[in-house]
Amino acid sequence: MSTVFIAFQINEDTRPIIEAILADNPHAVLDEQPAMVKINAEDTLVIKRESVEELIGRKFDLQELQVNLITISGHLDEDDDTFTLSWKN
Amino acid sequence: MDMKATKKKLGLKEKYAHMTRGLDWETTYQPKEKVFPQATFEGIKVHDWDKWEDPFRLTMDSYWKYQAEKERKLYAVLDAFAQNNGHLGITDARYLSAIKLFLTGISPLEYVAHRGFAAAGRNFPGVGPRVACLMQSIDEVRHAQTQIHALSNYNKFYEGFHAGASHQIERLWYLSVPKSFFDDAFSAGPFEWMIAIGFSFEYVLTNLLFVPFMSGAAYNGDMATVTFGFSAQSDEARHMTLGLECIKFMLEQDPDNLPIVQKWIDKWAWRGIRVLSLVSTMLDYMLPKRVMSWKEAWEIYFEQNGGALFNDLAKYGIKVPECIAQCTVDKEHQSHQLWLTLCTHSHAMGLHTWLPNAEEMDWLSAKYPNTFDKYYRPRFDQLRELADKGERFYANTLPMLCQVCQIPMLFTEPDDPTKICYRESEFQGEKYHTCSDGCKHIFDDEPEKYIQAWLPVHQVYMGNCWPEGTDPTAEGFNPLAKYLEWCHIDLARDGGDYEGSSDQANFAAWRGAATQNT
Repeated sequence: MSTVFIAFQINEDTRPIIEAILADNPHAVLDEQPAMVKINAEDTLVIKRESVEELIGRKFDLQELQVNLITISGHLDEDDDTFTLSWKN
Repeated sequence: MDMKATKKKLGLKEKYAHMTRGLDWETTYQPKEKVFPQATFEGIKVHDWDKWEDPFRLTMDSYWKYQAEKERKLYAVLDAFAQNNGHLGITDARYLSAIKLFLTGISPLEYVAHRGFAAAGRNFPGVGPRVACLMQSIDEVRHAQTQIHALSNYNKFYEGFHAGASHQIERLWYLSVPKSFFDDAFSAGPFEWMIAIGFSFEYVLTNLLFVPFMSGAAYNGDMATVTFGFSAQSDEARHMTLGLECIKFMLEQDPDNLPIVQKWIDKWAWRGIRVLSLVSTMLDYMLPKRVMSWKEAWEIYFEQNGGALFNDLAKYGIKVPECIAQCTVDKEHQSHQLWLTLCTHSHAMGLHTWLPNAEEMDWLSAKYPNTFDKYYRPRFDQLRELADKGERFYANTLPMLCQVCQIPMLFTEPDDPTKICYRESEFQGEKYHTCSDGCKHIFDDEPEKYIQAWLPVHQVYMGNCWPEGTDPTAEGFNPLAKYLEWCHIDLARDGGDYEGSSDQANFAAWRGAATQNT
């Protein structure tokens, strides 16, 4: 098993995104560093548009993630509803 | 009142398909191979360019929208920085050496990356990679510009920021290390460029540069650098994806591509690791307040992350590069060996160095229990003893450079950290020297390329690095002073030890003035 990760700047835009990720991926581990967070997860990590929308109370386009994204690891698959990182290719 | 019906928007996959395919045309009055002359000579076989897909599925309209938002955020912070004496918020002015190295060594590379991706986009016959290369090319010029803008605020107050991105990258001996890396990549074909920069640098190594370093900038109160760094890094996630996509694409298109790709991975992993030794000194020595050691960063971002990647690529037959065995030894040594060299040559540099203080050496001992006290503490102690007697030691000859990575011969044998590693090759009756088995291997594979390297030390000794009109036979001629003048360095202000520098004095005076009324 390999780890995938995603890192974000810490700000008001990413707070609900991080919250949604941790809720949707119970196996994910939060690593807090100065000015940024890194979320590590074994094998796969999913970000769901609906979960983020629920928390922010408005429409959310997953491509908005790019504004505050720092880095990712793993193969990415993105569509309208999910942003998935995995090593299952 | 009529209800306005919401028009159904295209889904992400449909939009990507519409906006990145069918944009090119079949040539009629010139054969295709003449329009794309660089697409085949490297031996990479491609059967279906449409198999290339950007997993972010980013199209130009979204690209402009999100990039504009990043820029607005960045420049708002830069205004705030300038308006609120941001230059006094850093831990201490030693920190700025790391930033000077970044501005002089990294920002010019961003500009070359901009040119290189524009060229790659032009030279690939497939539309998918061309669109992705276009976006990356624009990203890279944005990085060069925003870095120079952000750091220009420091140039108003501190020394050494005045000529980095223009004159010094082409002239200074330690900056030829990153420059030669990009020159090497840019003078290769488009596929090798993608492995060199897209895969090796962006995917495997960039995390080591940007993530711990920017977090370090945040820790050291440097709002400007954190902001441009994270703004740039938000593009890097896309670049990394492009690099990974590119390698998968080559490997899936034809089994004959495997040995070529493997050779490039081996070469560029080692080239990249050598360049990053400069970053190792930033993490271990230049940040007054440290985030993690180079060794820790290496373990997280290279060993764990790179390990996951190579596990995944194994299904294509890709093997872990051979140089990794040496890297496992080197991670305990490289920052110390390089910083010692920089410390003893900062009279020929455009930034300050210093000997670590007692508390910093204890941190290094704790982080490097196997090596620091045994090999490096005694050397720093000796340099400190000399400095305390007013005899700060500087080496008065220029070091021999490796023909490939252009780093001075300062790294040691894999099995003996007390013996400098030298390798020698012969080509057309001339001897060439390299610093390691990795660099020798690269040289021996393409000697015709590397014998053309512009090695600053050789050029200095040949008399090619003085201002126009210099007369080396004049009485009292000082070659080092003339070389520094040619590099636009004023040694009294820009180089030498941080102790006693004008940066040190100014920072103390201005910070004092910021907290008192007198």
